[in-house]
Amino acid sequence: MAESQGEIKYLIFLGCAIPYRVSAYELSARKVMEKLGVKLEEMPEFNCCGVPMDPISHEMMMLLAARNLCMAEKKGLNIMALCPGCTGALKKVNTMLKNDKKLKEEINKHLKEDGLEFKGTINVKHLVQVLNEDIGLEKIKATVKKPLTGLKVAEHNGCHVLRPKEYMGFDDPEDPKILKALIEVTGAECLDYMDESQCCGAPVAGVNDRIPLQLTEEKLTHVKEVGAQALITVCPFCHMMFDTNQMRIERLFNEKFGIPTLHYPQLLGLAMGLTPEELGFRELRVKPTELLKQLGLQGS
Amino acid sequence: MSEQEKTEQEKIGKKIIQASELDPKFKYEIIQMHGGEKLLMCFQCGTCTSDCPVARFSDSYRPRQIIRMTQLGLKERVLKSNTLWLCAACFTCTDRCPQGVKVADVIRTLKNIAVEEGYIPPVFKELASSILDTGYAYRIPELRLKKREQLGLPPLPRGNPESLAKLFREMELKKLLEKEGE
Repeated sequence: MAESQGEIKYLIFLGCAIPYRVSAYELSARKVMEKLGVKLEEMPEFNCCGVPMDPISHEMMMLLAARNLCMAEKKGLNIMALCPGCTGALKKVNTMLKNDKKLKEEINKHLKEDGLEFKGTINVKHLVQVLNEDIGLEKIKATVKKPLTGLKVAEHNGCHVLRPKEYMGFDDPEDPKILKALIEVTGAECLDYMDESQCCGAPVAGVNDRIPLQLTEEKLTHVKEVGAQALITVCPFCHMMFDTNQMRIERLFNEKFGIPTLHYPQLLGLAMGLTPEELGFRELRVKPTELLKQLGLQGS
Repeated sequence: MSEQEKTEQEKIGKKIIQASELDPKFKYEIIQMHGGEKLLMCFQCGTCTSDCPVARFSDSYRPRQIIRMTQLGLKERVLKSNTLWLCAACFTCTDRCPQGVKVADVIRTLKNIAVEEGYIPPVFKELASSILDTGYAYRIPELRLKKREQLGLPPLPRGNPESLAKLFREMELKKLLEKEGE
């Protein structure tokens, strides 16, 4: 493994939502990984992880995921995905194909013409898993130059970082601890709140315009109740629900939240001494002005 | 309760079941599919519905009901129902089912069959056609690509429309999209 030689190298998998709407997550993740000495390579060719096709055709979802896995195998690199949805699809299909010879043959039949063959030689991890397992809290702590002492935040993992447990399995979905620990190494305090691991509702936004907003509104209410100054996410879809849609939710439910929602690498980046500008704070809809002022930083 | 939900509830749950609408073979179709294997293990405890975040805010979406209807073979009602598409695939039900039923996966197999029979919400058609054309589920505007450059982000990896078109053909999805798009 590359790690044993002291160098950690991953193929970064961006997915579709991040380049479409959530560049700050990518930007901050790349900056933070660079500081941690993780080398990131680009996918040689890309297609959607398959998740949006799953309701249409499970076979097509598996084929799309398998194509990406084959690309990574060709490169001889493990995949690090930023989007939990992508992570889930790639991890699941990787495990299924590794364990089911008949299924693997079926999938390979379709990929053969493209010169691709699934062999089962790589692994897939989410950013949070890479930070926790490959780098480790100690090493991350060592990069913290400006501890975010006094800052109180809350976390929202997002469903697909945790579930289904059978395929994700690196944290307990009923009582997730890893993201919390990653937050606390920055010096910030991570508060508990009601129904922490509950879904934000984003996946049904395409078919229902009320339920997802109700779910997010409820979560924001719980986050506000415990006095969190910011919410920390690791998913582009959750981030769109909490940040992009927050003002709409405030209008719709006649509430006032004003809870800035940061991508985890933005929070870590601040603690590393990177500037809000470098970490893409400009893209946030709910401006973290107060939070930055408290940390003695200028907003961008 | 919204009007739409009311009619939805009437259509699915509140109508008396006629023996003639039961398809006893339907459940065997589902247990042959990936994720549907444990369907017959469900004993209707209701853990899925009581823990479902969507069910709390919907008057019609009830995973337990969908599972029971599937076991009974109420094929037409299940497949035509809009509630099927309200599953957020958060997998809470799957993780908590005491009988090991992959509830969210069963619902996904039902969606797959619904699509084969011609029921597909427009949003999924859009996503599929964008993947077919670009490799990405969303059509990323030129402005975004320019912004990437300004932010110092590397160019996006490209899709392979030819290979994707071939896969869509092989999975008989292209025809479906074209037919639906007319």
